[in-house]
Amino acid sequence: MSHPITIALSKGRIFKETLPLLEEADIRPTEDPEKSRKLILGTNHDDIKMVIIRATDVPTYVQYGAADIGVAGKDVLMEHGGDGVYELVDLNIARCKLMTAGKNDYQPGSGRLRIATKFVNVARRYFAEQGQQVEVIKLYGSMELGPIVGLSDLIVDVVDTGNTLKANGLKPIDHIADVSSRLIVNKASLKMKHDRIQSIVDQMRAAVK
Amino acid sequence: MASFERWLLPQGIEEALPEQAQRLESMRRDLLDMYASWGYRLVMPPFIEYLESLLTGTGHDLDLQTFKLIDQLTGRSMGVRADMTPQVARIDAHQLKQDAPNRLCYVGTVLQTRPDGFGGSRSPMQIGAELYGHGGIESDVEIISLMLATFKRAGLENVSLDIGHVGIFRGLVAQAELNQEQEAALFEMLQRKAIPEIQVFVQALDVSADMQQMLCALAELHGGEDCLQKAAEKLSSAAAPVKAALDYLQQTVALLKQQVADVAIHFDLAELRGYHYQTGIVFAAYVPGQGQEIARGGRYDDIGQVFGRARPATGFSTDLKTLVNLSASQTETPSGAIFAPRSEQAGRFEQISQLREQGECVIEALSGQQGSPADLGCDRQLIFTDGQWSVIKL
Repeated sequence: MSHPITIALSKGRIFKETLPLLEEADIRPTEDPEKSRKLILGTNHDDIKMVIIRATDVPTYVQYGAADIGVAGKDVLMEHGGDGVYELVDLNIARCKLMTAGKNDYQPGSGRLRIATKFVNVARRYFAEQGQQVEVIKLYGSMELGPIVGLSDLIVDVVDTGNTLKANGLKPIDHIADVSSRLIVNKASLKMKHDRIQSIVDQMRAAVK
Repeated sequence: MASFERWLLPQGIEEALPEQAQRLESMRRDLLDMYASWGYRLVMPPFIEYLESLLTGTGHDLDLQTFKLIDQLTGRSMGVRADMTPQVARIDAHQLKQDAPNRLCYVGTVLQTRPDGFGGSRSPMQIGAELYGHGGIESDVEIISLMLATFKRAGLENVSLDIGHVGIFRGLVAQAELNQEQEAALFEMLQRKAIPEIQVFVQALDVSADMQQMLCALAELHGGEDCLQKAAEKLSSAAAPVKAALDYLQQTVALLKQQVADVAIHFDLAELRGYHYQTGIVFAAYVPGQGQEIARGGRYDDIGQVFGRARPATGFSTDLKTLVNLSASQTETPSGAIFAPRSEQAGRFEQISQLREQGECVIEALSGQQGSPADLGCDRQLIFTDGQWSVIKL
């Protein structure tokens, strides 16, 4: 019995850095998502396809079995909660850090902090662990503006080089977690398509530097 | 609430319209009849009871899943059942008190505070069976066979069975002398098979290198037949309880295969559903195209203790609505009804009663009604000709 397999990826850095790893498992997309408007890409195998979706949707697709395999950043997985998916391999790509950041002259004071972030759950959990009561403000992008326009005291965001922070007069403050992309697998898929998926997982794991 | 939203149901709460209701009811009868033929007697636990009896010995997850309210007669907290299994265990331990094996089945709507899985129902129709009073392979195999028979009766194909044993993880944790916090952390990572995190965690533990390797290996011990072989090698320096659990698993599957030929079996030694109250075999069922399990079960020997009697127990449960949705076999469309127009002729009602007793559906005309007999699902009609009543095609 043949088992078609769907791989969920997000455009951009994760897609680019995952391709060489998929190549090791002999999986190549037939089109470039940056040039195509298609959301479903074929591969060199008839029964393997890729879906190109937003990074934050990858765990949801995999959790509910709309995709068997996916590549998602640890930041996205922490925010999602990781329910219902297996995080089998650290692919060691798209590395960055989850950090808090504030204005250059930020001084920790007393009172309730306001935190602007798109990682609402991560922020709540982190500050609770620190014993800090905070108000979390959900934003969908350009978090760096928060402290500048007085919307929030701090932000929680992923930091790569720190250049965006610097350009906006912010400084990184606390390190929350190291982030890299994980190979995630739907629970039911690993059980029902075990041999096929395990071999893809093994080949990709072997290719990780 | 604006008037146009008065029809709105709460999220995850659904109703069954005639067609689905009929399929649900016919499958419900079908399955209960089958359970009866296996010797499982139906019980009807209450929809609501005191929180302590609902939640004792079941763990934190069920607590969060349970809707709660206050009994105005006693001031005590009550809960609406979110899982019927503990209720049935209470019935066995406290009400029935027999020493012979006791086989019980149940079906009913449960209410859950949070949608469980895809589709997000908060009011599944739980159906299941439990076997009390026997601790051993035969009763586990009987329950698994009954679950597989349930799918067969519901017309589900290509079901695969996922099976594990909580004794393996428990045994390793005991052998490594982990404290509760460490056990909970490792448990959580194992549920995600987060192998990179497990490796980091285990390296920080104060245990032998052998033990570290075994704890790491656990997350990768899943797959087909060869999984048990692999487990025996990787866990060769584990303590006796772990090896006993592996043996038990092997014998269970061997016996199961003699009884049920056509099922794909997958082992997963790190799968620990209901870990807090399960004590032996744990299993779940999957079907293609469904990203989540459709049924689960296992052995939970200690649960009756809090109700006065610890009895070995094993069982499974599934959701009737899910079964109906996945079911390939449509219920055969019943032959159309018979339309009975109004008439003053004698013997009309006797004729109608007679037809109904023969199992026909007869729908009486209501004077001034809108729509045709066909709109009511009628394909025949009662008419009076030549001094007698007869049925003609429409």
